[in-house]
Amino acid sequence: MAPKFEKVKVVEKEHAVVDGVDISGHWNRMFEQRVITEYTPELIEKVADIPGGESFANCYQCAKCIAVCPVDIVGNYGPRKLYRYAQTGMDLTEAPELWLCTTCKNCLRVCPKEVDMIQIMPAVREQAILAGKFVPAELQQAFENTAKSGNPLGQPQRKRDAWIKDAGVEVPIIKDLARPVDVLWYVGSYPSYHPRGIDAASAAARIFSALGIDFAILGKEEKDDADSQRLAGEKGLFEMMTEYNIETFNKYEWKELMVTGPHELNAFKNVYPKYGFERPVVHYTTFLARYLDQLKPLLKHRVEKKITYHDPCYLGRHNGEYEAPRKLLEAIPGVELVEMQRNRENGYCCGGGGGGMWMDSFTAKHTTMRLSEKRAMEAASTGADVLAVACPFEVSRFADAVKSTGNEHVDVLDILELLDKSIRGEQ
Amino acid sequence: MNIVVAIKHIPSIADDLPVKGNNVDFDSVDFVLNEFDEQSIEQAVLVKEAVGGTVTVVGVDMIGELDAVLHLALAKGADKAVKITGDDPAADSHQQAKWLAEAIKGMSADMVFAGVQASNDLDGQIGPMIAAHLDMPYIGGVSSVEVSDHTATVNKEFAGGIGGKYSVSLPMVVGVQAASKPPRYAPISKVRQVAQTATIEKVSPSGDATSGLAFKKMAPPVVTGHAEMIEGSSKDVAKKIVELLKSKGLA
Amino acid sequence: MSNDILVITEHMDGKFSDVSFEMVGKAKELASALGGRAVAVVVGGGVSSNVFASDSTIHIDDAALSQFNPEAYGKVIEALVKEKSPRLVMFGWTATGMDLAAWLSAKLGVPCAAYVKNIGADLTMSCQAYGGKMSADVSPEGDMAIAACLAGSFPVEAGQGSTAATSIASPVALDGLKIKFVEAIKPAGGDVDITAQAKLVSIGRGIGSKDNVELAEELAGKLGATVSSSRPVVDAGWLPRTRQVGKSGLKVKPKLYLMLGISGAPEHLEGMKSAELIIAINTDKKAPIFNVAHYGATADLFEVAEAMLELL
Repeated sequence: MAPKFEKVKVVEKEHAVVDGVDISGHWNRMFEQRVITEYTPELIEKVADIPGGESFANCYQCAKCIAVCPVDIVGNYGPRKLYRYAQTGMDLTEAPELWLCTTCKNCLRVCPKEVDMIQIMPAVREQAILAGKFVPAELQQAFENTAKSGNPLGQPQRKRDAWIKDAGVEVPIIKDLARPVDVLWYVGSYPSYHPRGIDAASAAARIFSALGIDFAILGKEEKDDADSQRLAGEKGLFEMMTEYNIETFNKYEWKELMVTGPHELNAFKNVYPKYGFERPVVHYTTFLARYLDQLKPLLKHRVEKKITYHDPCYLGRHNGEYEAPRKLLEAIPGVELVEMQRNRENGYCCGGGGGGMWMDSFTAKHTTMRLSEKRAMEAASTGADVLAVACPFEVSRFADAVKSTGNEHVDVLDILELLDKSIRGEQ
Repeated sequence: MNIVVAIKHIPSIADDLPVKGNNVDFDSVDFVLNEFDEQSIEQAVLVKEAVGGTVTVVGVDMIGELDAVLHLALAKGADKAVKITGDDPAADSHQQAKWLAEAIKGMSADMVFAGVQASNDLDGQIGPMIAAHLDMPYIGGVSSVEVSDHTATVNKEFAGGIGGKYSVSLPMVVGVQAASKPPRYAPISKVRQVAQTATIEKVSPSGDATSGLAFKKMAPPVVTGHAEMIEGSSKDVAKKIVELLKSKGLA
Repeated sequence: MSNDILVITEHMDGKFSDVSFEMVGKAKELASALGGRAVAVVVGGGVSSNVFASDSTIHIDDAALSQFNPEAYGKVIEALVKEKSPRLVMFGWTATGMDLAAWLSAKLGVPCAAYVKNIGADLTMSCQAYGGKMSADVSPEGDMAIAACLAGSFPVEAGQGSTAATSIASPVALDGLKIKFVEAIKPAGGDVDITAQAKLVSIGRGIGSKDNVELAEELAGKLGATVSSSRPVVDAGWLPRTRQVGKSGLKVKPKLYLMLGISGAPEHLEGMKSAELIIAINTDKKAPIFNVAHYGATADLFEVAEAMLELL
């Protein structure tokens, strides 16, 4: 984005006479003070006036966010820059920059002024959507798919539990079970439909079954959580899905809601309470870590791999779970766990959050490489054989990224798949 | 430009249709927007965006659930919504066309859009009938509309990509086969915002008309032939189809 | 009042459509039962009109009628119907007939039945409504009725003959028309011609999304077939209009017509029911397509297609 202001002017007095002595020369050269009032505050206020966008005006340009913004690392972005762009004429409600933030939360972690992109971005995006402004076509398609089919992939609702046939163990559906269960497992859209997601879901079913957990799924009654659609600005869609999901969850008796995906965890744990749903929700890594003692004897087969673990933004930074996934991986005999340079609180985003999952073509036009590619290269640089993940968005993203960056030798596997391998051996 | 879209709320055919007496049991079916009306609304909004004006969507409230449909139309870019409080889920096309025509009369419409047909048009479509009542020319099967200088240029589809381009001096009624672009997505945020803020004008039905058709029988079609059904799992079905194709030299 | 039956025939590029002959044949049968005459009505020029087995044929030609124009055709037919007072006026439920039948009904206050599949001697009409899921028998009240007939409902041969047509001038003045024909639109070139393909894999609404079209493409590729579709797929922008089979699309007659997720509305059947081998996959066991297909399966199209890909 080209700034619309000229560079600062140089002031140099040609003839400076002090106490009768001519002291002209370069030494008295100085820069003219920038006239702050030249910058238009309107476009910053436009953002800050949107409920949720208020903290945008807090920025004092310290640029701590720039060092950690995953989009800036592959492009020219970051909250501080957005503020500056707005000062120099960018209307965030119409700019492509509106759609690049993945809501990874690393900026908020370091921001001394608490400029909160997790609030700002969804709020401004919603305004853009409501005003009929530019919205990436792929994202619109994901919205439409979710509204019409109940999942962003546009797959039929009646196929939602088709994967259970090949899971190798019985996966009970709560409606058919007709009794209370300990754990209601919310499988999620990608584990239900995406081929690589189905691999993880099937592995999960076998692990739960091996541990003797009393669980059931919603089957054809399960619909997308739509949290990423909310963060991408379609709050109405999120609310529509939320009303349906809460009603469905409340139809059955269960003690704990377990989710495969961190985005679902975020939705059900952090956002649903605003809509009157306050029940225990747990990510599968946290859940399984409780069962480590029972799990360890089942992990009979060695998995002789050097593994690096990618912290999902919505499991780590957003929900504070860094240790359970690592404990699970370390419990697998033969595994050598190595860390990437950016890990835990400073984990690098895969690019899938905040709707990024459905904007890859759009994002590609504004970045030098995909975030997932940057991360795949970082994973490969550790010398790891396996990039382990714990978010259903990530398997397909990283599987593509290791290929496109020439790192096919790195296997991308969900922790569930690794545990399953150790329980059953290589199949 | 005053653009009016006349829509039909019709029984959903996603599930089996229950029968009561000699007609569909309208009390126990879901009603949905006629799918061609989605195209018609889109085409109307496209015309408005191109030449300016207002789009008014008007329909007969068959079962008291038309608001949701009208909200969707408003979220997609319509400016006004009007419902005719029909309260007769069995009102046929003739009756609906008459009510709609009476309601449209006061709107000084330059163009009236309607879906080219609906699956329950047993007595014909509302578009040409509204045209007859309003004494406007009608062209159906339309897949694109451009307007300039109070003249519309429309493409009418005959079949297989063959069509005709017509110029029509407005006002007119257009029966939309397909909008020149696929219907846009209405963000649910927008639909919900509209639902809270929009006012829907209510109009009492005016004018009687009848199809003059007496229903003798309504039933699923008598099956004269039936496919030989391949049973089994999807894999079995695939296997049998492949075998069949191979045996006939088709694979 | 008479017991005559007027059949409004349709022609394009010098050829009458099949539905014209079908209706004339049916009109003859009905007219003899009613004690009237079957009258074929030909509107517009550029066609030899001595081709029907009708009792008489009226050919109205005028420069304003040289191309289909719903306003001009409507005026002519309205005047003719008023003059002849027939018992029944038959239109095709086609791109042209659909512009006229309901309009004439409202204009004259005469009952009209659409989606007509059959007409009894007492003029009870069987209509295939609700996307082919329901058959309604309706009986028109009064002395005159209009029937808009689905193509393919009656045999073509019964309407073919050589009755000499009587040419008449337009019964109404055709000046000051608001609708003007500008030009014909020819099919866009460049895409494959699905009417020339021996094998078609045809997809319907059940395909769900544009992305899933790839699966059909892949299956078609393995079979040496081309992908065609029903109208909703084209309207959604998932395939070009050149791939559409049916009333508003193309009529095809391939050796193989493999249907994935097409329920079989009458409009679609019109375009493909002469295919030599029709196989239909649909999740709705009551889908009307199973009454037409040679082989069918109530199954998930994605699963079947994927399983077929593995076997091919």
